Amino acid sequence: MGVKSIGVDAGSTVVKIVGIDDFGKIALYRMEQADPQIEIQVDRMMDEIKQEYNFKDIPIVATGYGSELIKNAAKRVTEITCHARGAFEYFKKGGTLLDIGGQDSKVIVIAQNGHIVDFIMNDKCAAGTGRFLETSAWRLKIPMEKMGEIALSSDKETPISSTCAVFAESEVISRLAHGEKLEDVIRGLHRSLVKRIAAMVYAIGFTPPLMLSGGVVLNRAIRIMIEEEMGTKALLPEHPQLMGAYGAAFEGLDSA
Amino acid sequence: MSVAQSLNYHIKFKLFGSQIVKWQANRAYRNFKEPKNRKSDILASPLKIGVKTKELITKHYLEGRYVNGVRPVAWVTSGAPVEILKALGFYILYPENHAALCGARRATLDISSEAENRGYSVDICSYARTDIGTMLSGKTPVGKLPKPDILLACTNICQTVLFWYRVLAKHYNVPLIVIDTPFLYDNAEPHQVEYVKNQLENSIETAERVAKKSLDFAKLKNVVKLSKEAAALWLEIMERGKNIPAPISVFDQFIHMALVVEKRGDAETVDFYAKMLAEIDERIEKGIGAVVNEKKRLLWDNLPIWHKLRFLSEFLAEHGVSVVASTYTNAWGELAPMIDVNNPIESLAKTYIHPILNRSAEYKLQVMEKMIDEYKLDGAILHSDRSCKPYSMGQVDERNRLVTQASKPALLLEADHSDPRSYADEQVKNRLNAFLEMLGV
Repeated sequence: MGVKSIGVDAGSTVVKIVGIDDFGKIALYRMEQADPQIEIQVDRMMDEIKQEYNFKDIPIVATGYGSELIKNAAKRVTEITCHARGAFEYFKKGGTLLDIGGQDSKVIVIAQNGHIVDFIMNDKCAAGTGRFLETSAWRLKIPMEKMGEIALSSDKETPISSTCAVFAESEVISRLAHGEKLEDVIRGLHRSLVKRIAAMVYAIGFTPPLMLSGGVVLNRAIRIMIEEEMGTKALLPEHPQLMGAYGAAFEGLDSA
Repeated sequence: MSVAQSLNYHIKFKLFGSQIVKWQANRAYRNFKEPKNRKSDILASPLKIGVKTKELITKHYLEGRYVNGVRPVAWVTSGAPVEILKALGFYILYPENHAALCGARRATLDISSEAENRGYSVDICSYARTDIGTMLSGKTPVGKLPKPDILLACTNICQTVLFWYRVLAKHYNVPLIVIDTPFLYDNAEPHQVEYVKNQLENSIETAERVAKKSLDFAKLKNVVKLSKEAAALWLEIMERGKNIPAPISVFDQFIHMALVVEKRGDAETVDFYAKMLAEIDERIEKGIGAVVNEKKRLLWDNLPIWHKLRFLSEFLAEHGVSVVASTYTNAWGELAPMIDVNNPIESLAKTYIHPILNRSAEYKLQVMEKMIDEYKLDGAILHSDRSCKPYSMGQVDERNRLVTQASKPALLLEADHSDPRSYADEQVKNRLNAFLEMLGV
């Protein structure tokens, strides 16, 4: 099956590339930690893909903060449009998409015809994004992928009141110094992030079903707690991190 | 008044300075040339009247340099009932306008740091920090600000002014007149008008004492008449934005509104707006739009982002988006019909209670919905202004209502009217781009 279109999502934390086939299925994907020299990184990733899949002259659509640097993209589309498109093509329905990325979180209300009804993004600070957990994980020398499981191993929650990523870090240290258990503090940290995100969903108005995307929802504790906060089950794609790149690839088909 | 001060004023301002500025402006007006760096493919040529805007503002600040000791000086809030002071011959300085100018000239950071270094919190309005910074350091891009002989703070725009002007009063050791305007959930009740009217009447004595003369009611009536005329013309100018394509954008309005704020009550301000209106009508006749290829029309809520006017104007124009109406510029015209020349004090009291900032969020929403309807707008940008809390409060709900009730896309954009630290380029571009994609441009 040939690759028909490529979407590149050059995010603040991870670079994602997705190729889709005639049926809109994911034919290939790549993910790498974002390099400061994103242009060179994407060029190299694309060369590797081209060699392996042997295609040429197919549309490439770029999205994400580094999209301006992807020089060989046929067009650039914002993450809002791409994520909404990705979610709509994947789930084949409208609803509320909650995307939690490394530095941005967004809530997008998608109509049943796939059009964007409304959207909201986190404000200028990193509260409500992956960076919020990352700073504390780094300080505690815990790998990010273990944070969720540690949080879930707790049966008591230590409240972390700060929504500021920097202040939360010192609050975590202070709680631990006062004898609170690590897993309880980490659970509290997750709760703080989830509450912030739930507030964004409520601020814009929740239209069910709830759909999740973004690297942060790979964290099981985040998923469970979002469902608790929102009082509803959430739909999760197979590769939540790829939603933006997947949508970008569809945007490429439009212009082809 | 000392002889030296008077000589200085008359020679440097009256005889030379103002004449040179006027001569330069007249020459620039006659031989109007488009700026070389203009993006003619997306934006119309700037209004010729801009030359006059610059002239009048330059003259105003130039006079300020030499005015101390010659004319009494008042520092007033932007929404202050200034007509009584005008009639008494005061030179009027608007610290908020000065701070906006500092914002546009990207001088805010340097000047407000002077206040922050003395302990004023960064959470205070950036206009207040700029003004206090100028007060403490003398720093200003206009050369020099005159010292006040009197201060007039009206609470119809916010409560910050009350505390800000107390700081000024203490520093300069001059009288402070406070006009307290009750917050309106609906139209003002007669007792509320009476309350403000009493304060205005009581302020006359203090103002007269500082001015060392008595208030001439014929003069006051004339100033009130000129205020009304300027505001009415300004309203008419903004309403020309109903034309498709809109002959001026709010980015033009943000620049040219300076005079209806800073020099309302002056005859030359009325002449200025009459000329501006004529130029705009000429544009309409020729079918010229402020944005060359107008595809979508938007509303702007809240104060401008002074240090990003050009960027925003060009960024939006590139996508064929014209921002044609704003609640902020509208505030300086919408009350014109309330002013009654024959009943100056009472009508001033009534007028100055009713600014949009002194009214409920519900009223602001109604104004926005009316504008969307009358100006045929496709959506709205609501600037959530970190400095202006009263304007920004309620915007989350207002935005949601615009989306759900008026079925118009609306974007909340976080920034600050003049502090660049509360503005993030990438985030703003990112959100604007997404919003424009949603609008389909």
